[in-house]
Amino acid sequence: MDKGYEPVIGLEVHVQLATASKMFCGCNAAAFGHEPNTLTCPICTGQPGVLPVINQQAVEFAIMAGLALNCRIASFTKWDRKNYHYPDLPKGYQISQYDLPLAVNGWVMVETNAEQKRIGIRRAHLEEDTGKLVHRGDHSLVDLNRAGVPLLEIVTEPDIRSAEEAYDFLTKLRTLLRYLKISTADMEKGAMRCEPNISLRPAGTNEWGTLTEIKNLNSFRSVRAALAYETTRQENVLTTGGRVKRLTMGWDEQRNITFPQRSKETANDYRYFPEPDLPPLVVQPEWLDRLRSQLPELPDVVKARFVVDYGLSDYDAAVLVADQAVARFFQDAMAACPAQEPVDRHAQAKTISNWITGDLFRLMNECGLAVEEMRMTPAELVGLVNLVRRGAISTGTAREVLAEMVKQGDSAEAIVQRRELAQISDQGTLEGIAGQVIENHPGEVAQYLSGKESLLQWLMGQVMRTTQGKANPARVLALLKEKLEAKRSGQP
Amino acid sequence: MKLYELCLTEAQALLQAGEISSVELTRAVLERISAVEPMVHAFLYCNCEQALVDAQRADVRRSAGGPVSPLLGIPLAIKDIIHVRGIPTTCGSRILEHYVPTFNATVIDRLQAAGAVLLGKTNTDEFAMGSSTENSAFGPTCNPWDLSRVPGGSSGGSAAAVAAYMALGALGSDTGGSVRQPAALCGVVGIKPTYGVVSRYGLVAFASSLDQIGTFGRTVADAALVLQTIAGHDPLDSTSLTDPVPDYVERLKKTDGLNGVRVGLPREYMVGGMQPQVEAVVLEATATLEELGAELVEISLPHTPYALPVYYLIAPAEASANLARYDGMRYGLRITGKDLWDTYHLTRGEGFGPEVIRRIMLGTYALSAGYYDAYYIKAQKARTLIRQDLERAFEKVDVIAAPTTPRTAFRIGEMVNDPLQMYLQDVFTLSTNLAGICGLSVPCGFASVNAADPGASTDLPVGLQLIGPALGEPELLRVAHVYEQATSWHQRSAPL
Ligand SMILES: [Zn+2]
Repeated sequence: MDKGYEPVIGLEVHVQLATASKMFCGCNAAAFGHEPNTLTCPICTGQPGVLPVINQQAVEFAIMAGLALNCRIASFTKWDRKNYHYPDLPKGYQISQYDLPLAVNGWVMVETNAEQKRIGIRRAHLEEDTGKLVHRGDHSLVDLNRAGVPLLEIVTEPDIRSAEEAYDFLTKLRTLLRYLKISTADMEKGAMRCEPNISLRPAGTNEWGTLTEIKNLNSFRSVRAALAYETTRQENVLTTGGRVKRLTMGWDEQRNITFPQRSKETANDYRYFPEPDLPPLVVQPEWLDRLRSQLPELPDVVKARFVVDYGLSDYDAAVLVADQAVARFFQDAMAACPAQEPVDRHAQAKTISNWITGDLFRLMNECGLAVEEMRMTPAELVGLVNLVRRGAISTGTAREVLAEMVKQGDSAEAIVQRRELAQISDQGTLEGIAGQVIENHPGEVAQYLSGKESLLQWLMGQVMRTTQGKANPARVLALLKEKLEAKRSGQP
Repeated sequence: MKLYELCLTEAQALLQAGEISSVELTRAVLERISAVEPMVHAFLYCNCEQALVDAQRADVRRSAGGPVSPLLGIPLAIKDIIHVRGIPTTCGSRILEHYVPTFNATVIDRLQAAGAVLLGKTNTDEFAMGSSTENSAFGPTCNPWDLSRVPGGSSGGSAAAVAAYMALGALGSDTGGSVRQPAALCGVVGIKPTYGVVSRYGLVAFASSLDQIGTFGRTVADAALVLQTIAGHDPLDSTSLTDPVPDYVERLKKTDGLNGVRVGLPREYMVGGMQPQVEAVVLEATATLEELGAELVEISLPHTPYALPVYYLIAPAEASANLARYDGMRYGLRITGKDLWDTYHLTRGEGFGPEVIRRIMLGTYALSAGYYDAYYIKAQKARTLIRQDLERAFEKVDVIAAPTTPRTAFRIGEMVNDPLQMYLQDVFTLSTNLAGICGLSVPCGFASVNAADPGASTDLPVGLQLIGPALGEPELLRVAHVYEQATSWHQRSAPL
């Protein structure tokens, strides 16, 4: 974009917490994919006379998220009613946290185009989800399965300066949430929802422009695309002397444009007041300490450790830690490497990392498997890598073997044996085959000897074809060269 | 003596001795209901057949031997704002006219576990908003002492049922005086326990931080027995207290008179606007307390004048949210309009009566942007001051004595067009709810209304209000019991 303006972006993210039960009742909180209104009870359907009871697991998940986002956890926090009427809101108010959120003043490091940036977290608070409306012709139906599912609302500071950064922030946030195992963070399934707000200002100033909010975004990609579109749109408005209007925008996924949306409510006076049915929540230091001690090692820490301990590049380490299960797989593989082998550990790490992020990722993708669903163990991958290193099979064969390991779950050794894939390294055998090939192709040999050196590769290919790819390539190459040179100098 | 005239404690003794059966007792009470209910209109729903079944079951259970609850086989009435699974809860409102809950209130679970016989659901001001039962969408209840007068409210149906011998005890709910005021006006005992002593689960909410289920009886011991059964922590109500429930009834037996008991008389409660006869009767009652050994101590509760305005900000604010769920979407009345908002307007406009609409509007206003600090927040601060007044007072005294109401039962229709005058009926009871402490009303005499009044010939009951500190129920009940046993006011019957 033009140097003249820079976007100022803040995100409001709703995360569905993966608790067993809902925020204030005992209903199953796994609302996705069930028959409408089957996961409900008098409490989450807002019957007269019911009362909410706080789900402790939801509070613990929220505190863990707050800690992972480097927030200060409030020692005293309370619940508030947010009042508005809508058919998907059974009580006519949503229990939320208004002026005393559970977590405040945090930050997350996000890497965009190889640059680290700190994005501030203004607050994170707990609230209950609403149900959803299903529109059928001229009428609407209400499904309350989702009503009362715990949500963590995370609000960033307006620190984000590009659509790309917003995308990277969300990716990082999703990784954190999955490391904590507190949400599936699956935006396509509604377990994570993002409402960005964006304004433009002259680059390098501290002005605040008029912002627009964007709703109905259902993937990270659409967040990025909508913010990019909105950046350009606002820029065009400003550069042609217009003024940006304060609007709520929708996102048209088909046409890839934002459009002004009519607001659900004309006046947003939510008349917040403290929830009298729930006592304030006091987070005792002992409780907080216990949760802090239960936090898993977070991705940034794991990444730094991979760089230091295994000599991985920043990039390789980042790819591995993006998924906690992958990072663990890598680490377990490293632990399974025989320590007594005289190998450079860093080189070994690089090799294993390459196998994982290259062929393994491709295979997992093809088979639609997550790393934790694979039958292949980290030690089995090491077994395969060692076969290659020892020259027992070629890299090409190893690729085939890996595919079978992922699909069938056998060890590399077993597959190699069963399919007789072991590399031919026997000097005598290879000598015989190489001699045969040279004898059978006198024309090509002559051309080679007259200076067309590229034919060496072709002859090599003939050996590999004869051996069905099992010949040890390095040995074949050396043998061919030796025999051809002997021919050149007239030896038999 | 007729069986239905037995008080709960007497009936319990006869049942336990095998001299009467619960079926006999229940049948007598049901016959009494048939005879006088058409005049009193205390009930919105009579559970007659099921009551007899439950009575039979209670008799079987008793004959099986073993320890039984004192409420086994005792016929009780339930205010129609507390859920009994399978029978309607209307809250005295058109909007819930046909609503049948699928679950019991926790107090009902406990009563049923004890084997109590539930006679039916009693009339109430709509959503417990009122002091006369005239705000019931299904017509007012009449005071058994004078059928042209109100029984008080909002738990007027329960109070009238107990006063008219149509139940041996009853449950009500008290948000600003809704148990104590009708108890006073009907000449029975009504207890409002400390906030959190009784679970609110299954009590349809009016003002959540003030609501508390209370009990009625013809004697202190009767009301205490019912309270004993329903009190105690409930994990379904996060505001319910975890403290163990003391044996209230056992404490009543330790009647060492009132020696050493300090009774506070708040200066601010004995001021103008009261019916002179009520004032005289209450003063006489305090003199009796002194004769029984109590030491009377004048105390000051300086923030008392703010109780009424504070209450009428906080209670409507909470109510405005609590009643938002009646939107015609999932249950209750629905009047379909041309769009969603039209449906909301029509449903709520038709479904709620004028007093409920008035309070929803008051509360919505008090919570609105720009007014919240000036009204709601300020009211909460004043509420703290009122509570602190009382806490300080209880450093000096054990209980506080005061009138329950400024006047005796008024005529049906007399105040319906004067909501402010109606609100003043609760002026002495509101502080107890605002402070979350306990209080009760015990009969303390009768006042003949003035000669100019056509109803002058009738004596109308007057209640003495006793107020205790948080969890001060044992001593509060004991003082009331000692007073009651030294007087005979509770033995007089309504002339029905
Ligand atoms: Zn539920």
